[in-house]
Amino acid sequence: MKHINKKQDTKIALTGGAAAAEALRQINPDVMPVYPITPQTPIIEGFAKFEAKGKVDTDVITVESEHSAISACVGAVAAGARTVTATSSQGLALMNEILYIASGMRLPMLMLVSARALSAPINIHGDHSDVMGARDTGWVQIFSENAQEVYDNTIIGMKLTEKVHVPTMVIMDGFVTSHSVENLEVLIDRSVRSFVGEFKFNQSLLDVSNPHTFGPVGLPDSYFDFKIEQEAAMDKVFEEYENVADGYGELSGRHYELFEKYHTRDADHVIVAAGATCGTIKDVVDEMREKGKKVGLLKIKMFRPFPYKQIAKALSGAKNISVLDKSMAFGSMPPICSEIVMSAQISNLKSQISSYVYGLGGRDIFAKDIENVFENMIKGKKMKGVQYIA
Amino acid sequence: MNKQLTKNFAPGHGTCSGCGIPAIVRNILDVSEDPVVVVNATGCLEVTSTLYPYTAWKVPYIHNAFENAGATVSGIEAAYKVLEKKGKVKGKINFVVFGGDGSTYDIGLQALSGALERGHRFLYVAYDNQGYMNTGGQRSGATPYGANMTTTPAAKGDIGNELDRKDIMEIVAAHGVKYLAQANVFNIEDMRAKAKKAFETDGPSFLLVLQPCTNSWKFPVSDYVKVAKLAHDTNYWTLYEIENGQYKINQYISNPKPIEEFLKTQKRFKHLLLPENKKALEKIQRDVDFRLEKLKKKTGE
Repeated sequence: MKHINKKQDTKIALTGGAAAAEALRQINPDVMPVYPITPQTPIIEGFAKFEAKGKVDTDVITVESEHSAISACVGAVAAGARTVTATSSQGLALMNEILYIASGMRLPMLMLVSARALSAPINIHGDHSDVMGARDTGWVQIFSENAQEVYDNTIIGMKLTEKVHVPTMVIMDGFVTSHSVENLEVLIDRSVRSFVGEFKFNQSLLDVSNPHTFGPVGLPDSYFDFKIEQEAAMDKVFEEYENVADGYGELSGRHYELFEKYHTRDADHVIVAAGATCGTIKDVVDEMREKGKKVGLLKIKMFRPFPYKQIAKALSGAKNISVLDKSMAFGSMPPICSEIVMSAQISNLKSQISSYVYGLGGRDIFAKDIENVFENMIKGKKMKGVQYIA
Repeated sequence: MNKQLTKNFAPGHGTCSGCGIPAIVRNILDVSEDPVVVVNATGCLEVTSTLYPYTAWKVPYIHNAFENAGATVSGIEAAYKVLEKKGKVKGKINFVVFGGDGSTYDIGLQALSGALERGHRFLYVAYDNQGYMNTGGQRSGATPYGANMTTTPAAKGDIGNELDRKDIMEIVAAHGVKYLAQANVFNIEDMRAKAKKAFETDGPSFLLVLQPCTNSWKFPVSDYVKVAKLAHDTNYWTLYEIENGQYKINQYISNPKPIEEFLKTQKRFKHLLLPENKKALEKIQRDVDFRLEKLKKKTGE
């Protein structure tokens, strides 16, 4: 594919949080309600500096809670403004009520999430408990592996949400990605602005000559139909994501799919995981491949909507699958594992599926741990219940 | 129906007969010389005006949730500022929030406080019916002492609600809001004059309007104006405003009626008139007198 802007792109070193702020600067949103929480704060602080220096036209509203941040987002989008926010952990949990309202009203907006553990006990470090707690709120959820993907997904997510009118979360791992400096390639401002284009909303509250009522009462005769339509909108996300990602691939030379297949084509033993740990898993795959072991990684990118059939197809050759979750679903199977079991069920896969939970509250996971997971599969070990890499 | 008054809020909504909310909404919106955008907290007004596929609103309207009207209007006003600067929106628009006392005194107080503090340009109208009426008449932070509510029922030896009302006017005033006023649905002209001043305010403004609820206060549906007027005539609900920090009582009552005259019109206070509750009644009268004296001192008169 042609890489038209290659010469104008720059390579810089940024943290994941700063990469998100940089992408947001280039997008130049109209409104950004913000409320601090670790480890998200570098995103809004980074952006606030751009705003203070007059590099963006954005109205940054320093609201008094995350609940009000997302509530202000709903108002701003309904008023026709391109709107973004960011949060983590308890903040996302506090927003929960309004996440459903944003998606139920079909309001496009982008939220960066620096994923973090949930209380109690209180813990500021990274895991996926917060975003998994929001997985059924009707938002698109896209995981990022590193700062480059945070940057790219921010731009893709902004365009996607406005195309599908489904609010969108772009997720990075708290601290591991949000606070680690990595080299990444950024586009020139002009390219980003023309890629995301203008936000046009034909039902704006500010169009006073064309009044609309947002947020009506829906009784049993209508409520159900709204929910069916909402699900239909989710179904359309895959196709639109592919269109947007294709366009972005042409622009940047970085081509993204719904999920990433890393040596899965001929792999007998596949790990499925999301987020920053995929970087380590890739290293382990490379090392084991050198030793002739047929291992691979299926990296989850889009978690909502979940591409069941596409993923099942990619996993169809695997004898063994191990799913690594960085969160729990108490009293149930961990979230990613549940979806992989469902994918396998839909497509009649006969693979052996094992479930591992790792990294809760920011606990480290090492290459050795991942190698063990592969070795367990290679040895044909049947794991009973969920295994903790603790 | 009066065509002028129904141009923003249509007839055919489902508020109870004898409810003053539509009169409050219509008269306040009617005073605006510029187009309006309405934000509504969950409550009586919202559920009775937006039953899909119908809407009583002829102006742009949004209902988000119960506790976040202040934050919602903040987002809208911020959007307006940016889009106006970019030339995408032209002309002044007034932003009006309607919320009941539950969404103002209680669950939405934080979002209201944040919005007031940040200085967004909007008018917040609280229609105060002194309880959670949309859910069946539970006690709120606006419910007066001695009221028989579904969560604070009166019984022999139990006065009902044992707590005093929050002074929401003082809470709002403490944010340095340039214009706020207490109004009463019985006095439409006073309310309209106050709304006019509110719309002329650069920044947030606040109107607290007494709205007797026929369902929960329990009086005949034909009597809401009468009951509201008795609240005025007994000094239970004084009409006053605070403009740039200056307090002004808009209408003095020279010969106030005893508080019983107001209380006896409503079944929520019926038990207070029993001999055994004489002390409670005296406390209520004392509180009315004390509040008025306190207010008078603030006016400097």
